[in-house]
Amino acid sequence: MRRLIRSAVTVFLKDMHSEMRTRYAVSALLMFVLTTISVILFSLGSEGASRDALSGMFWVVVFFAAMSGLSRTFVMEEERGTSMTLQLTASPEAVYLGKLMFNMVLSIGLNAVTVVLYAVFINGFVIGTVSIFLATIMLGSIGLAAASTIIAAIIARANTKGTLYPVLSFPIVLPLLLTVINATRLAADGAILDEALGEFQVLISYIVVILAVSFMLFDYVWKD
Amino acid sequence: MVLKILIGVLLTAVIVLGFGLPMVAQPASLFEFPIIPGLEEKARIIFFHVPTAWLSVIAFLTSMWYAIQYLRTKDRMNDEKSAAAAGLGLLFTVLATVTGAVWAKFNWGSYWNWDPRETSIFVLLLIYGAYFSLRSAIEVEEKRATLSSVYSIIAAVTVPFFVFIMPRIMSGLHPGAKGDPGGAGPVVEFRMAPGMRMVFFTSLFAFTLLFIWMFRLRIRIAHLESHDHRED
Repeated sequence: MRRLIRSAVTVFLKDMHSEMRTRYAVSALLMFVLTTISVILFSLGSEGASRDALSGMFWVVVFFAAMSGLSRTFVMEEERGTSMTLQLTASPEAVYLGKLMFNMVLSIGLNAVTVVLYAVFINGFVIGTVSIFLATIMLGSIGLAAASTIIAAIIARANTKGTLYPVLSFPIVLPLLLTVINATRLAADGAILDEALGEFQVLISYIVVILAVSFMLFDYVWKD
Repeated sequence: MVLKILIGVLLTAVIVLGFGLPMVAQPASLFEFPIIPGLEEKARIIFFHVPTAWLSVIAFLTSMWYAIQYLRTKDRMNDEKSAAAAGLGLLFTVLATVTGAVWAKFNWGSYWNWDPRETSIFVLLLIYGAYFSLRSAIEVEEKRATLSSVYSIIAAVTVPFFVFIMPRIMSGLHPGAKGDPGGAGPVVEFRMAPGMRMVFFTSLFAFTLLFIWMFRLRIRIAHLESHDHRED
């Protein structure tokens, strides 16, 4: 157990280092968020949208930004031809956990940036209950990272690297998206924390289920 | 052969009885349906729409089952079975969606309402679409089998979130949704007249047999194809 965690952390640090070197995923994600938010701004023009629509659109930005960057961690290994070496040096569980940690950090960072940009640029987006909103963002980021990590592992093995990723991820992520959109709407409307508890239960059970299944199945995807 | 005849007889009976039996205000015998206010003749959809939706779920579970079996045994036949079940599932999902949408136009006023169950079947369609695009994207047989098996298992564990949780969170139009006087939940309490119940369960049974027959046909075709392949 200790060795597993240590080796997972090593995989995570390795990914962080190579990310620091190229800043590929981070810049791709950032630019994606910026472009999508400006597209929303331009399409809205001077007219505002309802709070419900804006809280839905927030997750549209997050989802597609995640789809542009979160597959990077696995696709990179295939492109550089380093996946074989990684298979030899680390156990599949450690690789999975390391990559998962990397994607979680990435997606939490991505969401934090998106929240700031969204709040600054889009005027009608006001949050009534901050606690619900923060919890939704946290759980949403973790869930998104959990689901997209295993799909990224699948996609890296398939011949089409980028195009299929959102197609495969969307049905898997949809329960999460519907729930976080609902919770964000509650937060925007200023609901009390108790009202959103049902949403949080769904989110937590979703994360647990996806993590458990990915952990069990990753072995089959990873090994040749 | 026996199976084929049985399916023929049962489905003919379901079609004849389902469309033919009269609807009266006070059903006296087993061969008369009650008139349900607001539905009237349109209530007959239940004999055909619900079984197709049922089969799309059965096919989905069968596909997942054989996906698990493939990962355990690495026997290529299990992957063929998984894909065959998914193919049939796609067919019945489309049928359920189309019959439901046409019916909804006449009873609820529009083809599509994003009712929780409609959302669920839409997601099922998306999953099948993604599953088959993944399969067509991978050339190496073994890799294709493994990756699509993994995908179908992951997809299968997320489906309960739609089928069980979403209808209770959102309000909907189908029976069993939130706000339904009969109670919310995936298991709808049966308040069906005995005559309708008889035809309904016969239909469910006949459709299930139909699935088994079509599934076995597909497996045989897949088997023959792979046999030819080996002789080349």
